[in-house]
Amino acid sequence: MSLLAVLEPGGSAATALYIVAFSLFILGVRQGTHPTTAKRGNMIAAVGMAVAVITTLLLDGIGNWGLIALGLGIGTAVGVTASIRVQMTEMPQMVALYNGVGGGAVALIAWSELRHGISGIDAGEIASIPLEELIPTLFAAVVGSVSFWGSNIAFAKLQDLIPTKPLSVPGQQVINAVLLIGILAACVDIAVNNGDPSQAIFIAILLAAALLGNLVVLPIGGADMPVVISLLNAFTGLSAAAAGFALHNVALIVAGTLVGSSGTILTMEMATAMNRSVANVLFAGFGGAPAGGTGGTTEERPHVSIGAQDAAIKLAYADSVVIVPGYGLAVAQAQHAIKEVADELEKRGVTVNYAIHPVAGRMPGHMNVLLAEADVPYEQLKEMEEINPEMPRTDVAVIVGANDVTNPAAKNDPDSPIAGMPIIEVSEAQQVIVIKRSLSPGFAGIDNDLFYEPNTSMLFDDAKKAAADIAAEIQNL
Amino acid sequence: MSVMTEVTIFVLAAFVGFEVISKVPTTLHTPLMSQTNAIHGIVMLGGLIVVGYANDPLEYVIGTIAIAFGAINIVGGFMVTDRMLGMFSKKPKPKADAADGKGGGK
Repeated sequence: MSLLAVLEPGGSAATALYIVAFSLFILGVRQGTHPTTAKRGNMIAAVGMAVAVITTLLLDGIGNWGLIALGLGIGTAVGVTASIRVQMTEMPQMVALYNGVGGGAVALIAWSELRHGISGIDAGEIASIPLEELIPTLFAAVVGSVSFWGSNIAFAKLQDLIPTKPLSVPGQQVINAVLLIGILAACVDIAVNNGDPSQAIFIAILLAAALLGNLVVLPIGGADMPVVISLLNAFTGLSAAAAGFALHNVALIVAGTLVGSSGTILTMEMATAMNRSVANVLFAGFGGAPAGGTGGTTEERPHVSIGAQDAAIKLAYADSVVIVPGYGLAVAQAQHAIKEVADELEKRGVTVNYAIHPVAGRMPGHMNVLLAEADVPYEQLKEMEEINPEMPRTDVAVIVGANDVTNPAAKNDPDSPIAGMPIIEVSEAQQVIVIKRSLSPGFAGIDNDLFYEPNTSMLFDDAKKAAADIAAEIQNL
Repeated sequence: MSVMTEVTIFVLAAFVGFEVISKVPTTLHTPLMSQTNAIHGIVMLGGLIVVGYANDPLEYVIGTIAIAFGAINIVGGFMVTDRMLGMFSKKPKPKADAADGKGGGK
């Protein structure tokens, strides 16, 4: 059955090639530390993957070539099509989906491993699986299944297939806890009855983990998606590492751990950027504050409203302008129009920078990609810590589609739900222009004091149209 | 390979991972995530192995889907990362390029 069968599984040659592969992964990610080398780094990692795949295809015992070709064919076709068609605004969905299929693959492999262990290579013979393989197999199955279903829910929310607002059932935490305990108990049962473990119990574990994945992600609001996506990324990575333990494959262990580290770092960074713990994001249903209910009772507070022409004048005669983009910019597809405004201003000698809050967008670094797509040079993309000290020296700060991340209440009001959240300190700038459809609150469901400050002007319009109007007005000046 | 050797590899890989990835700037976090998606496609190796000893229809189906999922990760992940990084490396200042060229003499 084996066509090639050149390499001994677990032998020195195969292991050496796997070591080459994972070294290339690490080198590749390392090159990703700078925009100019990252593209080459991605190539290096891809070469590493080619080495790993070819090595595996050369192993003794690889067979069923028709199925391999089928799987590779389908996967490649889907992967190529998706990567060409996807819009940059849809990247969070795509990454969520990729997290999901990755976790799903791990769960399926674990299932197959367990069946194989039960039936033995020659059917009928019952072989018990050593505990050091059984435990990672079960771990991979559970975490893989959770991340498959959790990611699908995250995808559906980001794609607006289901409401982005938190959905929860009564007694949610209790149900989750019961499911988790049940899963652990079933795992113990399989381990104890090792040698003749029940298939049905294993399938029940997969289903319970699937349900858990759904229940954990459903109650999480849209604004918390950056944390959720990162966390699911970490989960899929760890499940791959576990599969590596089960299959005794170093390439899987190292690559999975690398992905796990990356997901963990990003999860912590995102949670820090919102001044919340990961547990709070997962279990508190923060985005669930009834925005409409409480927000509606606030009386109309005085604010200054301006048109595109006034905004153009303020901007054109400034020395330095900072643009603060938020997810609303992505929704309105306004990144190109904003770039036009920046171009017009630069023609007049105005310094333009962009202040990027860590959670601007729906995933880590999302806003940077959207602006890069609009040809904004990455040197102009400033991180929050970098731009805040510059704010007092900034003539005009323009806020496009961002809200909570600019709310001074996070700094000034200890009772605010977002108290302590790091913000872009736009109120320090000489003047502030907020481009927004209305005074409605953001995801946190609270009023933004910034809108009512004396140096703030509101421009009520769609972000894309407003930016195009401003660019035209500046040209006419 | 003994379990403890594998655990050693795991722990060292975790330290390397934290060290390397904490140096990736925020600007590149989205491409980093799609690239780690691609690297995660390494699980396809598991699919290739298990399909090799699959011996009933259910295992054929499971193995083939696992391979397809892994291939989506690998192909889609690396390609979309390449596409995104292309946007970052684009030089939107043709003037600067022209000035660098030797042809710019008086």
